[in-house]
Amino acid sequence: MHRTVTVLNPEGLHMRPADKLVRAATAFQCQIELERAGQIADCRSMISLLTLGAMQGCQLVLRAQGPDADAAIEVISHLFDSQFNEP
Amino acid sequence: MKFSVFIAPKAIRSQLASSSKEGVVSELVEALVAAGEISAADQDDIIKAIMKREELGSTGIGRGVAVPHTKHSSVEKLVGTVGVSPDGLDFESLDGQKASLFFLLVSPPDRPGDHLRALENISRQLRDDQFCKLLRQSKTAEDIQALLEEADRSQFGG
Repeated sequence: MHRTVTVLNPEGLHMRPADKLVRAATAFQCQIELERAGQIADCRSMISLLTLGAMQGCQLVLRAQGPDADAAIEVISHLFDSQFNEP
Repeated sequence: MKFSVFIAPKAIRSQLASSSKEGVVSELVEALVAAGEISAADQDDIIKAIMKREELGSTGIGRGVAVPHTKHSSVEKLVGTVGVSPDGLDFESLDGQKASLFFLLVSPPDRPGDHLRALENISRQLRDDQFCKLLRQSKTAEDIQALLEEADRSQFGG
């Protein structure tokens, strides 16, 4: 399963959204990754996510593999679409 | 963004004495004042702003590292420093581990890209176990500065 997501937050994928992403990913059993131009980050690791340096407008490939992969893709895509509910 | 662009060498502290979150943040902000990177008049306000950000969720990012930070209109460019706590302390990190390495950042409100690039560099370098280990073992600010320079020359991670 994979889907392209876009960082809509004006300040990019900084620590607060990354924190929300880690918390969401940890709730699933499947492996969840984000890829930016060949660079892959583990969605369960804040350090890994921050290495992407993903600014506003950046497109990332979201991939999930495992029993609940479909649900994980839905939940995490929604986080990107809703700008991680950041003010 | 290389460490040398945003870490003030004179504000690096190898032996943080505090055992509380606010204590460590205060020590590092005071170090930035002593180094002339921020003005003494803004010190308390910056400490308060950093602690307020911590209330939204800890900036402990795992691997014993925390990146307390804030935006503040008094700075014209991103300024930061590094501190090592020999014993480590509870920073309410996501992974539950004690934090012993601190990268404190103060950025101008209108430069989110610089903040993101600094986070990118810090996290890239910290993926390297050797870099983390050597930073923790550093006895002096000069040792830390030398490690940051090595990292800037891509001797770690990459």
